Amino acid sequence: MRRVSVLAGILLLLPGALAAQQTAVDTKKEERLQALEERVRALEAQLNALKQELQAVRSDAPGGLGAKLEYAALKLPTLAVAEVAASIAQDPAAQAAAASQLPTYGGASSASKALNPDISVIGNFWGAVGRNAVRPVPTLEFHETEIALQAIVDPFARADFFVSLGREGIELEEGYLTFTSLPAGLVAKVGKMRAAFGKVNGMHNDALPWIDRPLVVENLVAGEEGINDAGLSVSRILPAPKGIFLEATGQIFRGDSENLFQAAQKKDVAYVAHLRGYRDITESTNVDLGFSYARGHSAPFAADSSDVTPDSNTELFGLDATFRWKPLRRAIYHSFLARTELVWSRREQIPFAQHAFGFVTSAEYRLDRRWTIGGRFDRSARFCSADLSMLRPSNACPGRATNVGLTDTGFSALLTYWPSEFSQIRGQYRFARYAEGRDGNELRFQFLFVLGAHGAHPF
Amino acid sequence: MKRFWRGLSVSAGATLVLLVLGTAGAAPAYAADKLYVITTTTDLAALAQEVGGDRVEVESIARGYQDPHFVEAKPSFLLKLRKANLLIVVGLQLEIGWLPPLISQSGNPRIQGPGAAGYLDASQFAQILEIPTGAVTRAMGDVHPLGNPHYWLDPENGRRIARGIQMKLAEMRPADAAYFQQRYDSFAQRLKEAEQRWDVEMNPYRGRKVVTYHRSWPNLAKRLGLNVVDYVEPRAGIPPSPRHTVELIAMMKRENVKVILVEPYFDLKTPQSVAQQTGAQVVVLMPSVGGEKEITDYFKLFDYDVNLLVKAFSAAR
Repeated sequence: MRRVSVLAGILLLLPGALAAQQTAVDTKKEERLQALEERVRALEAQLNALKQELQAVRSDAPGGLGAKLEYAALKLPTLAVAEVAASIAQDPAAQAAAASQLPTYGGASSASKALNPDISVIGNFWGAVGRNAVRPVPTLEFHETEIALQAIVDPFARADFFVSLGREGIELEEGYLTFTSLPAGLVAKVGKMRAAFGKVNGMHNDALPWIDRPLVVENLVAGEEGINDAGLSVSRILPAPKGIFLEATGQIFRGDSENLFQAAQKKDVAYVAHLRGYRDITESTNVDLGFSYARGHSAPFAADSSDVTPDSNTELFGLDATFRWKPLRRAIYHSFLARTELVWSRREQIPFAQHAFGFVTSAEYRLDRRWTIGGRFDRSARFCSADLSMLRPSNACPGRATNVGLTDTGFSALLTYWPSEFSQIRGQYRFARYAEGRDGNELRFQFLFVLGAHGAHPF
Repeated sequence: MKRFWRGLSVSAGATLVLLVLGTAGAAPAYAADKLYVITTTTDLAALAQEVGGDRVEVESIARGYQDPHFVEAKPSFLLKLRKANLLIVVGLQLEIGWLPPLISQSGNPRIQGPGAAGYLDASQFAQILEIPTGAVTRAMGDVHPLGNPHYWLDPENGRRIARGIQMKLAEMRPADAAYFQQRYDSFAQRLKEAEQRWDVEMNPYRGRKVVTYHRSWPNLAKRLGLNVVDYVEPRAGIPPSPRHTVELIAMMKRENVKVILVEPYFDLKTPQSVAQQTGAQVVVLMPSVGGEKEITDYFKLFDYDVNLLVKAFSAAR
């Protein structure tokens, strides 16, 4: 009986136990299932998050990483490497050239060479045959070598240096810092510079349309050196009717410019003002007008001369006009340029002030890609000096303030040949009748050539 | 008299100073709701207009029929540059002969060279060909040491440049970014369709040999499958010499080259003389938008040139 009871009990309990065991198993399974479900949900959430992130990465919204990556990828040099490699593989000369390419040393520092300034050298060789007893020039002369160093200094300024080497030694022709990011559209320069007086004064020798400078510059505007001094310059484009360019420039200098200005005292600074107006008439023609004023302490005629006082000043008034024609479709073949520049000078000296006037008129026409012809007429008074030995008695200094009677007159004919845009050969026949009654009759020639990257000259 | 001159000079100087200072506060005028974009060439202007739409005002300094190497740095260009929000340049020293003094004198801080907020060099987006290897000297003529700058004459580069301009505009005007994107997408789609059309037209003539006057066409030639075998210029930027012209004629006869491509700003005398002696045809191809009146956008530039090439090659069979 007992055995039956036990057996029955077991039989009765067994299902329960089994059921309980099954329940436990089911619970576990369910728990596992739930855990798995939660895990799947979590993974699903992560997947969605990643999808969204990927979408954002691919987004072209400004500032989006995808936009930045694509922008950067656009800028990667492409193809050229394969092209170069292919060309080298096919061209033995290119292979040899590539093999002979100079290695760069210094590793990381060699990249700094990219910040070196643009360097250029201009050679200006002169020659002359003929006769000129008043202002003689050597038969053959390497007249000038100009070395230019030009670069951007920082986001706010650039610097330009022009060092001139000639018979008289080495000098800094110009060296100035230009501030290009000033407010109100101002452009300021500080350093040593050619003054903005007229057109010719601002031109370097290599940019002249002639071999020499005209008589008005030699007599009244400090010769080849010109008004060239240490100082400050500020310019601004002014409001003007549509289509008209109007620019004002104001400059202050130390006050030393060759035989024109000399600062006897610290307060003897020189001033220059320039107003430029420009207008396009058509796409091929334009007119350029300028008004200039300069004032500084008079320089004595000679170092030991006493013809000026501490209050003696020299004033210059200038007017320049330029007409250009250059058809855009044939700009390298034909062009015409006519210019004139007038200068009035008033020089205070002992015992009286002198007035003088001079002008130059010239024109040049481009015949074809390589040849240009031109002509120049210039006439200028010359200030009389205490040294009368070179003068005829009839040309002696007048006894009162008046226009000087000493006048030089000149005429030139020019022919220029351009083997390429980096070199030129120029011939100039020059006739001059000087105030002393003597004539100069010369044929001059010039070889001009450029090495390196010389910056463009102002228009 | 002395007092008179002194008074006159002081008055003139004071007037000038007052004039400069009095206008010192005047802000440059431009449409407040549009970006004012200046480009150096008409092609960049066309691409900027494509992606900029009515949110930009675009002007080009050079004309389409003008040699972009020899643009005069006229003061009238300063009036445009001083008010520009964005200056887009071709780069690779194409504008080195005239642009730097314009930028310096403009007094516009936004465009003062690479790194400035409103300066964009399009060459950074393009595939550049003919990058010199080995020593580079002027014995090679007016060589471009950084590669050939006429890269816009490949529609793929046009697409890349447009993309770069679109991103720059979006960076400058985030509120209009979606608009610029839409404009670019439309341009890219139309360009893709146009390229298919040009490919069909030019397919029969792939591999044809041509002579060009200057090295303006490597990108176009590569894209259209043309083989540039020589140049009318003996070196880049050097006028044709009698000796080189004789050698060119001999080569053209030997290689049966029947087409000479010339840019609109070069003299046709030597090319026509060569063509007469070789039985070839001179084709004045336009390198830029605006080269002819009917070339008013980037698409019409290729339509015009492909049409001329097809006619020339058809006649040369």
